[in-house]
Amino acid sequence: MTARYTIGDNVRVRQAYPPGHCRTPYYCRGKSGVIVRYCGNFRNPEDLAYGTYNGPEVPMYRVQFNQTDMWPDYSGAPQDKVEIELYEHWLVPASS
Amino acid sequence: MSDHHHGHSHGVYDVDPLHHHPPQPDLEDTPLTHHQIMQMAVAELLIEKEIISAEELRKEIDFMDSITPVRGSKLVARAWTDNGFKDRLIADSKAAATELDMDIGPIPILVMENTPQVHNLIVCTLCSCYPRMLLGIPPDWYKSRSYRRRAISEPRKVLSEFGTDLSNDVQIKVHDSTADMRYMVLPMRPEGSDDMSEEDLAGLVTRDCMIGVALPGSASAS
Amino acid sequence: MTDRRRHHDMGGLEDGPVENKEHNSEPWEKRVDAIRSLLSDEKRNLLSVDELRRGIEDLGADAYDRYNYYERWMAAMSNILLQKNVLSVDELGRKMAEVEARQGNKPI
Repeated sequence: MTARYTIGDNVRVRQAYPPGHCRTPYYCRGKSGVIVRYCGNFRNPEDLAYGTYNGPEVPMYRVQFNQTDMWPDYSGAPQDKVEIELYEHWLVPASS
Repeated sequence: MSDHHHGHSHGVYDVDPLHHHPPQPDLEDTPLTHHQIMQMAVAELLIEKEIISAEELRKEIDFMDSITPVRGSKLVARAWTDNGFKDRLIADSKAAATELDMDIGPIPILVMENTPQVHNLIVCTLCSCYPRMLLGIPPDWYKSRSYRRRAISEPRKVLSEFGTDLSNDVQIKVHDSTADMRYMVLPMRPEGSDDMSEEDLAGLVTRDCMIGVALPGSASAS
Repeated sequence: MTDRRRHHDMGGLEDGPVENKEHNSEPWEKRVDAIRSLLSDEKRNLLSVDELRRGIEDLGADAYDRYNYYERWMAAMSNILLQKNVLSVDELGRKMAEVEARQGNKPI
């Protein structure tokens, strides 16, 4: 699977709430950030978790967010960041 | 509690069915808990079914015992004394570690460099992912509910609870180890350490510095 | 709202100060860790990291809070070995009873 995003792209995390195992933290869903690294293609943890070891590989990225966007009452400095590893199927272009 | 040996009598309990040595409990006089009993039963069944062997189990424990934060601190000290190595470590830690005859395993570990402008902090909010091949077993606090909840949203307060107070001019980057990468912080070399040997420098680098909750002690304080 | 957020997914929730606690791993904890590692290696390939994570999450909120770290691992690992028919409920139950009985005989 070819990586859809490149470094610098603005993306938004889907606001989805599947009931099973996934590796997208609740706190970042619906938030917008920027791709800072493409980590490679990896097996989907949502398949691996249920015993499917040979499912398709999916692109995975590190996405950077502003802390002030993440937490409404963030008490740190305005330039503080959080960086999260996210799989491509959890991301949409920020403009969409 | 602090000094366990993993020889015949203390590490992996005896599983030879012909010689019923009593299994070694973890705390000599307290009854085994439900989960400890489960652990022993599962191990014995897996060995009986030849899925694992007692020897493999012993070797794995010995291997785990051999992985300590000393490994991470050696990489940091080398990076402090060799800029080329530092660049290689940041670009590809697995390849760079082989220069010190160190195998850091298959899981990629990204090395995050602290600078006067940026301080990095590592957490895993979803479970307790940790750069085990460089730092060993994570400390209890790293796995604690409070750290997992708060390091991400109030890193400066959490740092301050570890005695690390950073100016608001410094940017804090928190890395949530959610998926297939692991992270290690490359701390800044302390002032006044110019004359120190690589070995002495490694002694300044604690585990907590490489998680990002502490800063390396000054050369004079060591 | 609370059903949407799973119990283990706790980043950003409020809590008290971080207690700077640690302990040296007990032998039984190391054995849990080592068994997990062996089951996950290429030779056996019986347990992926994400299966273990899923197993821990599926213990439910009550067990997640009551069990300590390695108790969670152990409980989840046993469940997965049962699900995969690597172990049967009956043999695990009998073996646990045997271990417990043996322990009762141990000299103190």
